[in-house]
Amino acid sequence: MRVLVTGLGATTPLGGDVASTWDGLLAGRSGVRRLTGDWVADLPVQIGAPVAVEPTEVLDRVEARTLDRSQQFALVAAREAWRDAGFGPDLTIEPERLAVVVASGIGGVLTLLAQYDVLRERGARRVSPHTVPMLMPNGPAATVGLELTARAGVHTPVSACASGAEAIGLALDILRAGRADVVVAGGTEAAIHALPIAGFAAMRALSMRDVDPEQASRPYDKARDGFVLGEGSSVLVLETEEHARARGARVYAELAGAGMSSDAYHVAAPEPTGAGAARALSLALRDAGLTPDDLSHVNAHATSTPLGDVAEAAALRTALGDAAARVNVTATKSCTGHLLGAAGALEAAVTVLSLHNKVVPATRNLDDPDDDVGLDVVRMSPRELPAETAALSNSFGFGGHNVTLAFRSCA
Amino acid sequence: MPQQEILAQLAQIVNEIAGVPVADITPEKTFLDDLDVDSLSMVEIATAAEDKWGIRIPDDDLKELKTVGDAVNYIEKAGVAA
Repeated sequence: MRVLVTGLGATTPLGGDVASTWDGLLAGRSGVRRLTGDWVADLPVQIGAPVAVEPTEVLDRVEARTLDRSQQFALVAAREAWRDAGFGPDLTIEPERLAVVVASGIGGVLTLLAQYDVLRERGARRVSPHTVPMLMPNGPAATVGLELTARAGVHTPVSACASGAEAIGLALDILRAGRADVVVAGGTEAAIHALPIAGFAAMRALSMRDVDPEQASRPYDKARDGFVLGEGSSVLVLETEEHARARGARVYAELAGAGMSSDAYHVAAPEPTGAGAARALSLALRDAGLTPDDLSHVNAHATSTPLGDVAEAAALRTALGDAAARVNVTATKSCTGHLLGAAGALEAAVTVLSLHNKVVPATRNLDDPDDDVGLDVVRMSPRELPAETAALSNSFGFGGHNVTLAFRSCA
Repeated sequence: MPQQEILAQLAQIVNEIAGVPVADITPEKTFLDDLDVDSLSMVEIATAAEDKWGIRIPDDDLKELKTVGDAVNYIEKAGVAA
């Protein structure tokens, strides 16, 4: 059974929708900026990549006030994807055949921390009755499920920065198993707050390049020094070929396969040879019925950390062999920062758009490529792709999670 | 405080929390069925009313406040007591 991508939605540091995000990527814009406010003053890192459009500007006030920021992002992205797929008042789907998989790496951490402040300052009786539905990690999936009336199941895989990709992999399983005709799948994250920043900074995972926000996220560059914390959401509408063709849906690409593995090496550090990631890559190719020769593009996880980028490059060389030096690799996080649990979903959407539009956005800030990478990373300007080809998108997460998604062009 | 004034201020609270148009918030309306205010929002409304009028609405009492008029009467009495 083939599974097709028929709708895309996003709200990101580059724009409030898919079109503006894609335009930003093609132009090589940076969504990273200096964070402002009293809460930032004592932090060791004072840059981040907030969304370009506040969700409260788009959502109804009452609707927004009982949703965590991560739920607001997911709702904005899901509505766009749903409309983009052609669904709406005039075209719905049987609720029992519609599933939702929306992941988050951390869940409603902003709500958790804000309500803890309320508890300490004003007492237990002033804690909001919406606290639990807003902080639970499955909250965004539930929000989207309620919005679209999805009754075939609402799910939330959690695997740190691989969560968004894992959501799409799970959606593929659901469709192949015949449990739904359409799955709305993606990821969301809203964790730009002092505590997560302090925590990531304590791990020495974040870029310290505060003086140069737009240059801070620089995957594969010799001067890279960590990732930049971003926020946002991306959601894809995935559909069985039969269902999509029957309704004459516009098709972006085929979700051809997924591969997942785990390192069992260290809770945060990447396995240096990239063996686990290489297995995810090989499994995705096999699942999709592809060989490395079929590929022309990889959207890399490449977060801009010194260790992670080279471990992923090693994995690509292991899994793709000679083809690794030939495929066009790009690192979306150079422009968007790292959207954690939303990153895999956003980069899946970008990979789909790269196939659909036959062009790969360039990796920003790659001025002096690291000699240990050994890949053909697209830089300076976008690069064309063939009309009939295939591409991979990698996502890895703390905990040793490795997820690779495989996409194929659909003419 | 006259009932009319309590109603007007309560209507503001309900509008702020649940988005119900102020004009729809009249004494005979039930919160749940007529105004579509769910139980979580009712807790928020009660908390806001407690802050506004300096009263305390125990959960057992809150359960009995079915209509807007019930709430206005309750606040009036509790406010006098407070």
